[in-house]
Amino acid sequence: MADGRHALTHLQRLEAEAIHILREVVAEAERPVMLYSVGKDSAVMLHLARKAFYPSPPPFPLLHVDTTWKFRAMYDLRDQVARDSGMELIVHHNPEARERGINPFDHGALHTDLWKTEGLKQALDRHRFDAAFGGARRDEEKSRAKERVFSFRSAAHRWDPKAQRPELWNLYNARKAAGESIRVFPLSNWTELDVWQYIQLNAVPIVPLYFAAPRPVVERDGLLLMVDDDRFPLRPGEVPQQRSIRFRTLGCYPLTGAVESRATTLSQVIQETLLATTSERQGRAIDKDAGGGGMEKKKQEGYF
Amino acid sequence: MPPHLTDDHAYRPDRLVADDIDAYLDRHRHKTMLRFITCGSVDDGKSTLIGRLLYDSRTVFADQLAALEADSRRVGTQGRDIDFALLVDGLAAEREQGITIDVAYRFFSTERRKFIVADTPGHEQYTRNMVTGASTADLAVILVDARKGVLTQTRRHAYLAQLVGIRHVVLAVNKMDLVGYDREAFDTIRADFATFAASIGIDDVTAIPLSGFRGDNVATPSAATPWYAGPTLLEHLETVEVGGQGAASDPFRMPVQWVNRPDPGFRGFAGLVAAGTIRPGDRVRVLPSGRTSAISRIVTADGELEAATAGESVTLTLADEVDCSRGDLIAGAADPPQVADQFEATLIWLSEEPMLPGRAYALKLATQSVLATIQPPKYQVNVNTLEHLAAKRLDLNAIGVVTLHTDRPLVFEPYQRDRTLGGFILIDRITNATVAAGFIHFALRRSQNVHWQAPSVSPESRAALKNQQPAVLWFTGLSGAGKSTIANLVEQRLARMNRHTFLLDGDNVRHGLNRDLGFTDADRVENIRRVGEVARLMTDAGLIVVTAFISPFRAERDMVRAMLPPGRFVEVHIDTPLEEAERRDVKGLYAKARSGELANFTGIDSPYEAPLDPEIRIDTLAMSAEAAADAIVRRLIP
Repeated sequence: MADGRHALTHLQRLEAEAIHILREVVAEAERPVMLYSVGKDSAVMLHLARKAFYPSPPPFPLLHVDTTWKFRAMYDLRDQVARDSGMELIVHHNPEARERGINPFDHGALHTDLWKTEGLKQALDRHRFDAAFGGARRDEEKSRAKERVFSFRSAAHRWDPKAQRPELWNLYNARKAAGESIRVFPLSNWTELDVWQYIQLNAVPIVPLYFAAPRPVVERDGLLLMVDDDRFPLRPGEVPQQRSIRFRTLGCYPLTGAVESRATTLSQVIQETLLATTSERQGRAIDKDAGGGGMEKKKQEGYF
Repeated sequence: MPPHLTDDHAYRPDRLVADDIDAYLDRHRHKTMLRFITCGSVDDGKSTLIGRLLYDSRTVFADQLAALEADSRRVGTQGRDIDFALLVDGLAAEREQGITIDVAYRFFSTERRKFIVADTPGHEQYTRNMVTGASTADLAVILVDARKGVLTQTRRHAYLAQLVGIRHVVLAVNKMDLVGYDREAFDTIRADFATFAASIGIDDVTAIPLSGFRGDNVATPSAATPWYAGPTLLEHLETVEVGGQGAASDPFRMPVQWVNRPDPGFRGFAGLVAAGTIRPGDRVRVLPSGRTSAISRIVTADGELEAATAGESVTLTLADEVDCSRGDLIAGAADPPQVADQFEATLIWLSEEPMLPGRAYALKLATQSVLATIQPPKYQVNVNTLEHLAAKRLDLNAIGVVTLHTDRPLVFEPYQRDRTLGGFILIDRITNATVAAGFIHFALRRSQNVHWQAPSVSPESRAALKNQQPAVLWFTGLSGAGKSTIANLVEQRLARMNRHTFLLDGDNVRHGLNRDLGFTDADRVENIRRVGEVARLMTDAGLIVVTAFISPFRAERDMVRAMLPPGRFVEVHIDTPLEEAERRDVKGLYAKARSGELANFTGIDSPYEAPLDPEIRIDTLAMSAEAAADAIVRRLIP
C-alpha cells in the first residue's frame, strides 16, 4: 500500500504510540516511575519501556506497591525481571497496614484501601515521583474509557473526572505545579486481546500462573481460591484439592479467583480467553464494592 | 421487531477461535486500525448507535448484558427495551444526568479491522470535547435525526470535523424507524447535507439510512429499506480507505523526543516518524539550525532497520557530530519544512478563562516548547453560520483566526498538510491548563524578512563600559502602596553610587508610549508587555532599570521575567494592605473608584495577584520609604 500509516498493523501502531508516550514522560517529567504489578499488562508495559530506551535501560525505577499477599510466583518473576532489565526495583509496604496486620481474610475492602491505595500514595510522596506509569487500559472499565493518557492528580492524589485537560493529537501537556503529579497510561488504547497477542509475538515473560497446571484450591463464595501458602485459614471441612487451574488476572491470592483450565500454551490461553463469555475482571472482588460507580470512586480517591 | 435481550446477542467469538486459534491470531495480527468519532446533537442517539455497534459486533459479554438489562429497567429511557446508551455512558455523574459529558473511547473489531471510537458529546458548550476526539480520528460519523433533518448543530459538527482535518464523513441518518423508513425523507437530508459539505471542502460523504435502536443498516442490511443499495455502517467502516497525511511517500519528518546516550560511544535521537521514509545513508537536515548530516543507523531493540516510515517509533544515529536535542526536527535534506516565528492560525479556545491578547502562553508543537503571544483576533467564526465576526478576545469554545508571535523560531508545516507539525496547544503558564488548540495556516512573510541585526558592540561590552550589571528592578503593588516614592529614592541612591539608571513610571508611560491603552484586562497586559520590551532594550544598553507599575497580573510579570536573561529581573513587591493604601489615597483615586467614577480599579473591581515568591518584599507598615530604599540597594549591590 502506498500509504505508510495504514500499511502498519494495529499492533505496530499501538507499540509506536506507547513508546512515544514513554519517551514524552521521560523528556518532560522530573522523577518518573513505573508502577509494576507483575501482571500481564505490567509485563507488556515494561517490555515497551525497554524497547523505547534501547540501548539504554529505562531511565526510571520500577515501583511495586506490595500487600505481602501476592502469589509466590509473582514475587519470583518480579525479582528476576528487575535483575534482567537493569532497573532499580522499589518495593513499598504500607507500615500502618503491616503494623495493624491488615489482611484480605479479616478486613475485606480495607485491605485494598490500606495496602494498595494508601500504600501507593505513600510511596509516591516519599520518593517525590511526579509521573507514574500504569498499565491500565480503556477497554477494562467504563470510567477508564474516559480517562486521559496523561491523567492529572492533585497534590492529594485525587482525580477529578470533570477537570480533565483536553488531550489533542499526540500532544501531551505534562506541566504541573509542585506537589502535583501525573499518572500515565501507555496502554490506554490496547485491548485484552492486543496485550495477549503482543506477549506471544514478543515472547514477553509472564507469571506461570496464567497457564494451567495442577494447583491446590478450595471453592469459597463461588470463587476458586488457590492455597498459595500456610497463611490461608481453612474453614472447617475445607480440604485443598488439586485441580488444573489458571488465572485470568493476578492480584492478592486470597482475592483472586482461578478458572479451571487445560490451557498450557499462549495460543490455548488466548483461545480460552476469547471463548469465555464473562468480562475479564470477574475474577477480582474489587469492582463489586460500592455499586455501579465503584472504580470511579476508588480512582477519585487515588487508586490507580 | 424490538430488540430483546437474548443470549443470541451476547459476545460470541469468531468460529475460527475454536477451530483454529493460530489462524485466527494470524488474521488479527494483520488487521489495520480505523479511528473514528461520532458526533450528533443531544437526542440524535449517538450513544445508542455506539452501544448498538458494540452489541452487534458481539463485543458485549453476557454478564455485561445482564447488568445492562437490569440498568435499563432501573434508569433506562426506553421503557422495557434495552437502553444501549447505558453501555457507553461511563461516569456516575453522567448516568444521573442522562447525558455524556466528556470524550470516551470504545474498542471493537471485526474480521478485517480494529476500531477505536471517540464518543463525543453534542452539547453546544462542548466544542472542545469534539475537537479533542476528532484530533486523532480518520473519519467522522455525523448523526442526524431523520425527523429533524440537517440542523445548525449538524453544520457545526461538519465544520469542526473539516477544521480538524477529517476528510471522510459518514452521514448517519438515524431513527429511520420513526419516519416509516421514508426514502424521500432520507434523500432530502442527504441532499441538504451534501450541499453544505461541499461548501466547506468535504467531498467524501457517505449517507446511510439507519436505526441504532432497532439495528437497521448498522451491521446488517435492513429489509425495511429495500430502496437503499449502499453498504451498512459497519461494512463501510471496514472497507473505507482513509489515506492522506503522514504518508510514506511524503518528505521525511521526525521530531526529536529524547537523546539517548548510554555511553560516550552512542548518541541516538529517539522519535516517532511523523511523515515519510528514511534509510541509512539518506541526507538529513536538523532544524531549526539547518545543519546537515546523513543517517548512519536506525536502531531498535529488535535489531537495526533498513528503513523507517511514518508511524514508527525509532532511534536514529547520524554520521556527523551535529548539535541536535529535544525539540529539534530531523528532516529529509532536500525538502525541509519552514522555520518562522510569526504565524496566522485558527485557535479553538478550550478554557473558561478567556484569551488575553498580549499575554504569553506556553506553546507546544510536536516536541517543541516556546512562548507565544497572541494578537487581538482578526475575526471570530460563528460556527453555526460560518460568518466572520469582529472580536477582541476569545471565550470558551470560540473559534478565531489570530496572529501569533513566538519567542523562538518554530519548525512547522501548514496544518492541512501535516497534523503533527501544524497542530499545537497553548498552555496557561500559571494554572498549567491546556487553554487552546491551534492550527497553523502559514507563516507571515514579515518574520522571514525581518532579520535580527547582530550588533558588533554586544550588550555585555556596553555593560562593562558602565562598570555595572544591568538589571530590572520591577516594583509591583497596589495603587498608593508607595512604589513611585520608593523607586525614586532607590534611583537617587544608585545615581550617587555612579550607577547608570532609568526610572520607568506607570503614570508617565501612559502619557506617551502607552497613551492609546485603557484599563481593561487586555490593555493592562499590553501596557506591561510594552514596558517589558522597553526595559529589555535598556538593559541591553547596559542600564539598571527601575520600574513602578501596579502590574496586577502574575502572568505578565512572569512574561517580562522570561524576556530577560536569568537573574536580570528583580521583582520587588511593595506590600501595603488595601485598607492602608485606601486610607492614604494620595491621588484621591480610591474615593473615585468607590463612588463608581473610576472603573477597573485594581483592588476594588479589578484583581491584584500578589507575587508568590518575589526577590524582595517590602512591608511598608514595618519600615519607612528611606529604610526600604536602603534595603533594596543593598540587595542589588552588596
